[in-house]
Amino acid sequence: MATDLADTRKRGAEPEQTIHVSRNRALHRFLRHRLAIFGALTIVALVVACAIGPNITPFDHLFIDIRSRFLSPLTDAYLFGSDEMGRDLLARLMMAGRVSLTIGFAAMVLSTIFGTVIGAVAGYYGKTVGVVLMRFVDAVLCFPNIFLLLTLAAFIHPSMMTITIIIAATSWMEVARVVEGQIRALRERDFAVAAEMIGASNSHIMFRELLPNAVAPIVVAATLTVARAILLESYISFLGYGIQPPDPSWGNMLNNAQQYLNTAPWLAIFPGLAITLAVTGFNFLGDGLRDALDPRLEG
Amino acid sequence: MTRYLLSRFVQSLVLLWLVSMIAFAVLHLAPGGPLSQFALSPGMTQAQIERISEQMGLNRPLPIQYLDWLFHLLIGDWGRSFRDTRAVLTVIGSHLPATLQLMVSSTLLAIVLGTWVGVLGAIRRYSLFDYLATIGAMVALSIPTFWFGLVTIYIFSVRLGWLPAGNMFTIGDGSLLDYLHHLIAPCVVLGLVTVAIWSRYMRSSMLDVVNQDYIRTARAKGVPERVILWRHAIRNALLPMITIAGLQLPTLLSGALVTETVFTWPGMGRLFLDSLSYRDYPVVMGILIFSAVLVLVGNLLADILYAVADPRIRLD
Repeated sequence: MATDLADTRKRGAEPEQTIHVSRNRALHRFLRHRLAIFGALTIVALVVACAIGPNITPFDHLFIDIRSRFLSPLTDAYLFGSDEMGRDLLARLMMAGRVSLTIGFAAMVLSTIFGTVIGAVAGYYGKTVGVVLMRFVDAVLCFPNIFLLLTLAAFIHPSMMTITIIIAATSWMEVARVVEGQIRALRERDFAVAAEMIGASNSHIMFRELLPNAVAPIVVAATLTVARAILLESYISFLGYGIQPPDPSWGNMLNNAQQYLNTAPWLAIFPGLAITLAVTGFNFLGDGLRDALDPRLEG
Repeated sequence: MTRYLLSRFVQSLVLLWLVSMIAFAVLHLAPGGPLSQFALSPGMTQAQIERISEQMGLNRPLPIQYLDWLFHLLIGDWGRSFRDTRAVLTVIGSHLPATLQLMVSSTLLAIVLGTWVGVLGAIRRYSLFDYLATIGAMVALSIPTFWFGLVTIYIFSVRLGWLPAGNMFTIGDGSLLDYLHHLIAPCVVLGLVTVAIWSRYMRSSMLDVVNQDYIRTARAKGVPERVILWRHAIRNALLPMITIAGLQLPTLLSGALVTETVFTWPGMGRLFLDSLSYRDYPVVMGILIFSAVLVLVGNLLADILYAVADPRIRLD
């Protein structure tokens, strides 16, 4: 790790290489970043488990069996135990993972698109438009996100779609800030001025010339946004305003767990571990991508 | 200095105005608008709803309504709670101290522990400690606060019985010691994220400082390393952290809401959730706006404090 980072910094000081070479180097640096690999593997493992797992397990995630309530882990086929209604915890965890991961990804896509458009417009036009848009971003950031999210959640009918939308609505600001800074800097570069001179339209310069050069920081911000979206979903579901039972999500599985903490602690431990694993995975991956794609930044 | 403060103040006013616009939009974007709570009560006819909307002035043009709403906000008339008809600001005020106590104690924890971890990570850069602190901070930022709270309760209250599982006081006991005993767990749970963020920023702030010329000068004139570290490096590295403390306010407030829920701590976050479940919208909107204003004022204060503490800033 130590040498990795030192190397990264040395390379950053070298003169710019052609795109092809630098892409290989980025990949090389990325592969050497063990934490990022760990993150990527964790994500793949979770996605695969949640995608095929529910089709393999002998239990249905909604099947209630009062004879097998509160079985501790490793009882018979109940690997992770069972909950207060005798439902298999592992089956529920995997179905919940589908919901939580889907919301995380979908919210990331939505907020990245929105944030990119706002940031690109603000950075490109600058002056009044830029100032107004970025002040607006600052104003949204003044609201503590859980408060804003819960207020919005109370007004809507909770479903996967609406939850995704309100999470996206409260997490696009970071991307907007990143893109605004990038576009503002790129706008002054020779190729942008040249494109303007040959009469390219504003939207062409913005989205075809400038934005492709800002992809790296957007990817990093997007990866970290997935982590945050999964966390936010778990918060509002835990508090009862997200995904509604009997449909499981990692957050709402913890909703009831508190009252059984004494007798069935596994109900609280496993869903929380799943959230932590997923979020850690995306955070490690995002951090590794940042090192790999932008050698100028150091952690 | 005066110029800097003035421009910073004007900036905050503009932000405040934008915050009020967003809050107003949230209130009116809700399906059914501010009257949505009546639409849910079964005995309500359409005619009655229209009459209420007439009485409350909701059929006026939106800009007029906004100005009217903003005016009442500014003079401190934030409406009344549906639950007990107390003024919203009074209700918030009665729950605010508990939240502030939690936030301040967690911030103190972050200042002590986070500074220590950050400084040690910076002066022993790329050591095993630095490596573990980096990973630890990232994992800490990935743990859902409520789950960490549940695990803490399970280990320290259920299993070991060392700490109370919730509330601020034992019933019938109001001593300071009892209060502190109840404060430990929520403070640590809320502090986890704060310590993690603080240690990361402290580390990079420290790395910035140790490469400065004045550190080299101090070394060159033979100042002992201990004195350089404490008097020259750490003191200067702490200055930008004033701004970081301000920037962490939204995270801290969000965390406090979750922590208060898990530990049944009678603060603003708990009040917010209770009000949500009672559909007590005046209080909900009040807390939403109040928390944003708290963040704004906190950031303004942090910037002023920073300018006072660090003369270099005022020159910009």
